[in-house]
Amino acid sequence: MSFPASQMIVGGLCLLCGATTVAGALIAALTARIIRSVCGLAICCVGLAGLYYFLHSPFLALMEILIYVGAVCVTIVFAVMLAEPDEPVRGDRRAATILWGGVALVICAAIFWGLWQLGAQHDWSAPVARVNDGSVAVIGKALLTTYSLAFELISVALLVAIIGALAIARTGRDKPELLTEGAVPERRQVRDLAATEPVAPEPAAAPLAKV
Amino acid sequence: MTPVPVNDRPELYFTIAALLLAIGVFGLLRRRTLIGMLISGELIFAGASLNLMAFNRFKAPDPAVGQIFVLFIMGLAAAEIAIALSIIIAVYRNYRSVKTKELSELNG
Repeated sequence: MSFPASQMIVGGLCLLCGATTVAGALIAALTARIIRSVCGLAICCVGLAGLYYFLHSPFLALMEILIYVGAVCVTIVFAVMLAEPDEPVRGDRRAATILWGGVALVICAAIFWGLWQLGAQHDWSAPVARVNDGSVAVIGKALLTTYSLAFELISVALLVAIIGALAIARTGRDKPELLTEGAVPERRQVRDLAATEPVAPEPAAAPLAKV
Repeated sequence: MTPVPVNDRPELYFTIAALLLAIGVFGLLRRRTLIGMLISGELIFAGASLNLMAFNRFKAPDPAVGQIFVLFIMGLAAAEIAIALSIIIAVYRNYRSVKTKELSELNG
């Protein structure tokens, strides 16, 4: 040990990453404003990346920040901007609200206790030897040899997801030049059955003003 | 014999993973908008990934398998987020709301 108390500092950093993860998850699950919930998810993912680093996987730490904080959270922020997803104010049914909150809390405590008993208390056998060191070079070789079919399938699934997301999000968009010509498309009628109130102008900036 | 440092104890990671799963399930039960439920689902994904990584680091003979599996989980989660958000946008266009209480057209 070269630096004094280095082990203690490393342990403190690890505990800090764990506390960041749990605090971010609590923020993500409990706040009323969805935009704060997205920020909590980002904090949780940063802490999780730190934990991945302590689990000897800097590659996954980088990918966690890149995919979750960089892509997933930003995409959810875009959806928050397009829809108005703020939680409705808790109604006057206080007793029922507290009752169901208590039931949910009991269920989650039971899940946590069971999984914690199984994972942390059970005596899992340690491996006698490791076949490699789990470095990025080993991961890259395994991705292109042993897991090449799954790798290609993931890329196909991502492509399908992109095309499907575009196709789904495109339906229901107004086409003013079509509507003025008298030819009413079918999806317009479907939307009129569902929406009773007239379509407001694009409410893009409204949720951000309330944050 | 020196005590095991805290960052080499698997119980820490198992506990955090169980906490993430429990918080995610709680949010999934309590959230009343679609985007909030989606975020809680991401927390459950995170708990599963952390659990896999902890087992991969401490208990698996091949440390590359768990990392590749978690990488695949991340890719599928990204695809799921893209699809779910586009569905949420389409639902919002139809109903002008993403609150789960108001999406009751099939409610008997």
